[in-house]
Amino acid sequence: MNEIEVDARGLRCPLPVIRLAAAAQDAPAGTRIVVLTSDPAARHDIPAWCRMRDHELIEITQESDPTYLRFVVVIRSQPSNAAGGGSGSARSSRAT
Amino acid sequence: MLPSARATLMAALDAGWADPQRLYTEARRARALLDQARELLADGLGVRPPEVSFLPGGPAALRAGLEGLRYAGRRRGARMVATAVEHSAILTTGRYHAVQADNPLLFAEVGVDRVGRVDLPAFEDAISIPGTVLAAVQSANGEIGTRQPLERAHELCRTHGIPLFVDAIASLGRDPTPEHFDVLAGDARSWGGPAGLGVLVVPERTRWRRPGPTSEVEQGRTDVEPVVAVALAAAEAWRQTRANRENEAARSSAIIARLRAAAADLHDVDVVGDADDRLPHVLTFSLLYVDGEALVIELDRRGFAVGSGSACTSNTLEPSHVLAAIGGLTHGNVRITLPLNAIAPTLEGDVDRFITELPDAVAVVRSQLGASGL
Repeated sequence: MNEIEVDARGLRCPLPVIRLAAAAQDAPAGTRIVVLTSDPAARHDIPAWCRMRDHELIEITQESDPTYLRFVVVIRSQPSNAAGGGSGSARSSRAT
Repeated sequence: MLPSARATLMAALDAGWADPQRLYTEARRARALLDQARELLADGLGVRPPEVSFLPGGPAALRAGLEGLRYAGRRRGARMVATAVEHSAILTTGRYHAVQADNPLLFAEVGVDRVGRVDLPAFEDAISIPGTVLAAVQSANGEIGTRQPLERAHELCRTHGIPLFVDAIASLGRDPTPEHFDVLAGDARSWGGPAGLGVLVVPERTRWRRPGPTSEVEQGRTDVEPVVAVALAAAEAWRQTRANRENEAARSSAIIARLRAAAADLHDVDVVGDADDRLPHVLTFSLLYVDGEALVIELDRRGFAVGSGSACTSNTLEPSHVLAAIGGLTHGNVRITLPLNAIAPTLEGDVDRFITELPDAVAVVRSQLGASGL
């Protein structure tokens, strides 16, 4: 199985999610992406990105010394037109 | 502030400058003006004038309301319960007491669902724990608009003998006045009044006592004398806002519905809060791959004043606790609060322009971060 590591430690929102999305862009379904981040907002935003883009978040662990978070995301499938600015299936809008 | 409230404030600075506690003519006039303001607000809130106190601002009223209920219940315990989306003045006070006592059980934060509505079974579990002395539930959330089921929460509180503290800051003047509470707090800014005036309502039936030495000010519920002119301006704003409330709510709801549809049409957007059971005048949404601060500045450059709950727009690194509690996206957050008609008579035209310009503003900010094709 493909595994990619994204070390976004030291970057602040929204950059960790942008790095994750960039790594996910060309990754085939089933790829595991490990994201390391020290941004407190990423604790909420990476799960939200997974929900909006329909990828699977399988693990969040808190590492210490120095403190950072480690996320493991599995890419489910790729939107057909990811390069087109995110319309169609890449679009994830929700109005509950 | 409403223009009529501003005029009242300026006039009352001349007429009501004296100390209402004194006995000379000017002081008695100031006392009469303060009483008049109190009567008007009490009438609007459906309570008696002595049950209404003026405090220096909404957050001060929230803290005072909480501390007084806690102190009144001190023989039964010290545990407080609040929803996870309450005002930070409530959450920080609760956490402070738990930390001071080195006992995390003294403050329980009850979770909410995806639209921000309190989990009532969890709420009932939390208030049924012995030693609980109060529960805090807001009437509606000022950030995402979702209303809370106050009637049901109050029933549960009564069953368990727990007083319900209601933060009505976001809804007063915009929604019907809450009827289900044991203590209520509000802020005059919410209904077009001046800044610096909070309202604390403690009905006679409620056991409430301010910790510390007794005070003669405002029925003993604060030691800060209210500014008479500010209270009078708040009462004038209340009178006008209340008279127009239904029309105002219909107008706001229609505008928010258009803004909500426009926001949902953007790419990679998370529109949060209940779509229907909500305040008429607020809307919040978050955009993937957008820097909240950059978007607020870009919109400001185009003449639109919006708020944001993103971490990068705050002094701390922490994003909005409300967005976090509902599992919403916290970056690229835009928070819209519609002003009252008398404050912004050209609002419809401004909203048209906002809807036209928003997609371009978002595209500009995304491209700055190199996130255009993601």
